[in-house]
Amino acid sequence: MSANQQRRLILLGPLVLGLSALTTTFIHAQAQERVIKVVAKRFDYTPGDIQLKKGVPVVLELTSLDVMMGFNAPDFGVRSDIVPGTVSRVRFTPNKVGTFPFHCDIFCGSGHEQMTGVFSVT
Amino acid sequence: MSNSINRRDFMKLAGLGGAVFVSGLTGWSIAAQQAGAHDFYFVQLSDSHWGFEGPPNPDARGTLPKAVAAVNSLNVLPDFIVFTGDLTHTTDDPQERRKRLSEFKQIVGKLKVPNVHFMPGEHDASLDHGAAFQEFFGKTHYTFNHKGMHFIVLDNVSDPAGRIGDEQLAWLAADLKQQPQDARIVVFTHRPLFDLYPQWDWATRDGAQAVDLLMPHSNVTVFYGHIHQENHHMTGHIAHHSAKSLIYPLPAPGSQPKRAPVPWDPAHPYRGLGFREVDAEKANAEYKITEFPVRGQQS
Repeated sequence: MSANQQRRLILLGPLVLGLSALTTTFIHAQAQERVIKVVAKRFDYTPGDIQLKKGVPVVLELTSLDVMMGFNAPDFGVRSDIVPGTVSRVRFTPNKVGTFPFHCDIFCGSGHEQMTGVFSVT
Repeated sequence: MSNSINRRDFMKLAGLGGAVFVSGLTGWSIAAQQAGAHDFYFVQLSDSHWGFEGPPNPDARGTLPKAVAAVNSLNVLPDFIVFTGDLTHTTDDPQERRKRLSEFKQIVGKLKVPNVHFMPGEHDASLDHGAAFQEFFGKTHYTFNHKGMHFIVLDNVSDPAGRIGDEQLAWLAADLKQQPQDARIVVFTHRPLFDLYPQWDWATRDGAQAVDLLMPHSNVTVFYGHIHQENHHMTGHIAHHSAKSLIYPLPAPGSQPKRAPVPWDPAHPYRGLGFREVDAEKANAEYKITEFPVRGQQS
């Protein structure tokens, strides 16, 4: 092995190791991702109290049983339309502990203002 | 000032204890110097939710007529009246929606002031994109001028997602281009244009774009409804003032887990309900907001 080849290996070594670690972390995170189904209908979400763990990524699979709905959780910066007949997905990782509301942000009728739920993050 | 006398008369006639000075605005000294600028005031009413029935207001069918009677009690009428949305309470039934709009129109038709401006709230317009509202009250966004001032009515409710929308924003931009930088501009809208409390959907999804368009103008004020209480907020030099409702008050933003109506208090009926007078006085360049409660007896 020439001196140049040896130098290249020394330089590339940490990079390869770093990429490997990143890949492992990514796979690990993917494996830990929780999937929770949330069903919307006028004028509630089921479940309405969603238990989450801080730092554990979550995917919400949102469906609507009747009309076009919205799902908005401002504390975690996620929102989505929920179109009847399709599954909408939002991904986030709770980064704080507490109780945080979510709500429908597409006006859907006389109970629209009461169409809310909470994330309980521990 | 004659307006001050009128206001005292108004309070006396309406059986009110007093007015609360809320805030002032800039720009009125410029207004006073411009040709066509005169003292005047207007009245803002909001969120009457005609058709609502429930414990938060046992006199739901009586509150709006009482407000109409109180405004009619003025010795000298305001130059105009503006209703900032949620004239009616929502219903899934298109016929019932039209019935409520018709009844509302009939009640406010008793106002002695002929110059009345309307805009929808989400309860009026979001389920049919404003179709029924337009049958009764015409356009949902428009402008008008009055005594040297430019008024802009923005619709952030006909889209059920609470957006102004690109088309209306382009219309707003084109309108503002016609206005001098120091034009006295008042915006009327239903939902807050800024993120007052997004957790309760007290925001307009693209409201920041409207505020950005308004920002280069030095004398802009926004009056809105939707949140059923007074709130005063600044985005830069632009003041935003929300109005009380004529049906039930809502809690202060984030003060409790849910945005449920404040319960009716039999010991203090109509508490938290009301309307406001907004007046300009040329002599001292003052712009005042005076809040009035709803009283129990209709005059």
